[in-house]
Amino acid sequence: MKNTNGAVPAVLVTRDLHKRFQPPRLPAVQALDGVSFEAPRGMLTALVGPDGAGKTTLMRLAAGLLHADSGELTVLGVDVSADPQQIQDRISYMPQRFGLYEDLTVAENIDLYADLHGVSPEARAERYPRLMEMTALGPFKSRLAGKLSGGMKQKLGLACTLVRSPELLLLDEPTVGVDPLSRRELWEIVRQLVDTQGLTVLLSTAYLDEAERCGHVIVLHQGKVLAQGQPSDITDIARNRVFVAELPAGQNARVVQSRLLDEPDVIDAVPDAGRVRFVRAERPRATAAGAGAANALVGAQVSAATPRFEDGFMSLLRRVADQEHASTISLDRPLAARDDEVVVHVHDLVRKFGAFTAVDHISFDVHRGAIFGLLGPNGAGKTTTFRMLCGLLPATDGELRVAGADVRHARASARAHLGYVAQKFSLYGALTVAENLDFFASAYGLRGSRKGARIAWAMEQFELAAHAHEPSGQLPGGYKQRLAMAAALLHEPEILFLDEPTSGADPLARRAFWRRITALAEQGVTIIVTTHFMQEAEYCDRIAIMDAGRVLAEGRPEEIRHMADLSEAHEPSMEDAFIAIVERSRRNGQSREVAA
Amino acid sequence: MSAGTWRDKARRVRALMVKETRQVIRDPSSIAIGVVLPMILILLFGYGLSLDVKNVPVAVVVEDPGPAARELVAGFQLSPYFHAQITHAMQPAEKLMLERSVDAIVRIPADFERRVNSGSAEVQVLLHGGDANRARIIQGYVQGAIQAWNARQAAEGKTMTGAGGSVTVQQRLWFNDANESRYFLVPGLIVLVMTLIGALLTAMVMAREWERGTLESLFVTPVRSDEILLGKTLPYFLLGLIGLALCIVAAKYLFHVPLRGTLPVLLGASTLYVLVALGIGLLISSAVKNQMVASQLAMLATFMPALMLSGFLFDLRSMPAPIRLITYVLPARYYVTLLQTIFLAGNVWRVIVPNMLVLAGMAALLGLGSRAATRKRLD
Repeated sequence: MKNTNGAVPAVLVTRDLHKRFQPPRLPAVQALDGVSFEAPRGMLTALVGPDGAGKTTLMRLAAGLLHADSGELTVLGVDVSADPQQIQDRISYMPQRFGLYEDLTVAENIDLYADLHGVSPEARAERYPRLMEMTALGPFKSRLAGKLSGGMKQKLGLACTLVRSPELLLLDEPTVGVDPLSRRELWEIVRQLVDTQGLTVLLSTAYLDEAERCGHVIVLHQGKVLAQGQPSDITDIARNRVFVAELPAGQNARVVQSRLLDEPDVIDAVPDAGRVRFVRAERPRATAAGAGAANALVGAQVSAATPRFEDGFMSLLRRVADQEHASTISLDRPLAARDDEVVVHVHDLVRKFGAFTAVDHISFDVHRGAIFGLLGPNGAGKTTTFRMLCGLLPATDGELRVAGADVRHARASARAHLGYVAQKFSLYGALTVAENLDFFASAYGLRGSRKGARIAWAMEQFELAAHAHEPSGQLPGGYKQRLAMAAALLHEPEILFLDEPTSGADPLARRAFWRRITALAEQGVTIIVTTHFMQEAEYCDRIAIMDAGRVLAEGRPEEIRHMADLSEAHEPSMEDAFIAIVERSRRNGQSREVAA
Repeated sequence: MSAGTWRDKARRVRALMVKETRQVIRDPSSIAIGVVLPMILILLFGYGLSLDVKNVPVAVVVEDPGPAARELVAGFQLSPYFHAQITHAMQPAEKLMLERSVDAIVRIPADFERRVNSGSAEVQVLLHGGDANRARIIQGYVQGAIQAWNARQAAEGKTMTGAGGSVTVQQRLWFNDANESRYFLVPGLIVLVMTLIGALLTAMVMAREWERGTLESLFVTPVRSDEILLGKTLPYFLLGLIGLALCIVAAKYLFHVPLRGTLPVLLGASTLYVLVALGIGLLISSAVKNQMVASQLAMLATFMPALMLSGFLFDLRSMPAPIRLITYVLPARYYVTLLQTIFLAGNVWRVIVPNMLVLAGMAALLGLGSRAATRKRLD
């Protein structure tokens, strides 16, 4: 694919860039392996790719924070390795975790960066009000940065990089762990600057819908460029190969989708509003075992669909990563088949921290073998609800029954039935994979041959054996998550709680994750999960949307979807619905406050 | 771009200093290490920790009811150095000694009076040897008490040659006439406070920047690495001077330690030492980018040696030669010598100049070292 803006000089040019890391006592990692691309001036260029593709390394090289082993890297016409300081004088860079000074206020953080960049008082007078307006941080100027929510912190980080107009803005996964509302706001800020001021932006992202909105896309995989061009160039790769299957009554989209992933002529499949959306392979894959998509879709009505960026992206990845990434899972002792038994019953649950009500009279039921999704912006009360369900935090008021046991009065017996995977990696980083599993097995009271059998099961099911003797803290992201899940399943719980398990994970890892979850649910394990990826709500049987401690909407994903603002022309996505529901509730809340 | 001019440089350093100062003021742990800890140390060392031995619990076994013995007992009872418990038999006294309720037993035998009169009286002194140093000091005190009694007897005309002999030992210590241990503890304390603020605090705040990822954002701005170092150094240098002022005021007005040298010399020596400590702190944090490890390393590499190997608590000359050699690389050693000289002896240039030169050399070396170690790079 040729440079889309042939006439416009590129702001960032790389030629055959190599960078290798050598961690102590571990094999070397080739982070960049001959990367060549150009980022055109005056537009958004996205770097997309799975974990470990080399996105962050590339960003740091461009910012002059790392030195390449070989190859050329020119930013704004300057060789970065020769004069990194000149680059750092002229560009702005927002690392994955922007280093805000948490004990400084919002205004003090911005002032610091304005001082460092030498922004004159006149320029500040002109720029500050605009920054405050864009980020909506105006009312919080004197609040300490450490006291801001995750989304607000990201916006403040962005404001700090925008105290003056940089010649190039580098954003390294600016929306990781940010809820859909804040994500949309961050995007509006960046878009506006690109459109009105001709700002040049290079951003890396794990969200494919974000890449789709950029002018130029570079797909990275294991340190190599798979493709580059306009998003539509990537989307076109899957042209004529995308289909939607309308399932006969009684079939579960999630189950059909996970079967389809096994078929040799299918490279990707996702549940989509009760239907299944899938991409056919260019040629049958040798590694898949199934007998063809037609088999899995008996009785379904299949029709062609418009490809999306994600479909093209997955096709690209499948060309190089054909091995079965999305492995399944089988329990030693499948639980009783799915029935109407309620295993989690929450009624009028309340949790107060002093005067603050974190969870405000919420109610929902989850049936055996179902997947229940809890969605909501940062600070909605999801994690607090989770902790109460797991018996980690006592409830202030209300009813709470898990697996037949009253969690409020018999926490220990309830806990024996549930597994919990925390948002942050909470295993022992210094212990090896095997040692961690051994410790958690003992902690769950497993002993002797039973313990050995369970650990062997976990190693096999989660393909951890190859890494058994590596320290857990140094595992790649995807493996850490597998290990955390393996540890939570050692005692064969009936219910599995997962708190933002896919935050920061790439599309391939997310497919693999949901594959396992689907398999677990099929075998009777009840799953309760929180997520920021709205498309993932499609995997759930039921979802609840929370904000400010209350459940705003609860139901099947397709029901929730239709709560979106239907005036818009296109069919509402889950994200549209989520934003509409939360915003509607916040408006009502405000008008109530005004009325009172 | 005008990023290279001196005015821009000054502006950036000032911005970093303002930021750092705000952080110090808001962060309870900086205040704790910079102000509260020195205060606690001053009070603790000044009042609590004393190497003087006072109120030694002794058991005095009086087997002789005669007037000479009574007078000797009174000497023990009235002395500020002893806390005497009187018994009339050896057995209860031995029990007290075993329980370590007393550190010594002074036994006045039944024939004391008779033998005093015949000119060859004996008093038995039993010392608890658990702490040999203390035992020796107590032995001296007991001898002193008996000599005092002896002297009184002589003055009253009762000629005799008693337990301690007739020679009076006149004790005199140079530079610490009062034999007050606070005279040398307080200058030593200044070393500890300066070490804490300089090395520990700096190592921690720099490691914190690495840990929280603030440096990565800071690096991609026009700021230069020497500016980052200056912006870090100056506020903590000032904090160090505040700590120093607290110590000097406490030394002079609370504990009445004489300052025989001059204030400018004291400030000069302290400035050099704070710079050395800051350099160590910055070097540590550029090597380990983790607050926990950085603070432990700073403690082990600076505070503990300053406490034990600087000549502050333990005499350098009585150390085994290999350990004494180690002390030569410790900046605290030179600072302790300087402070003890300036406070207790005066501006003795023959001592001050070489020690200051060593500190200046160390400061320059560490400054260059941390300048080289702090690069705007992540690999």
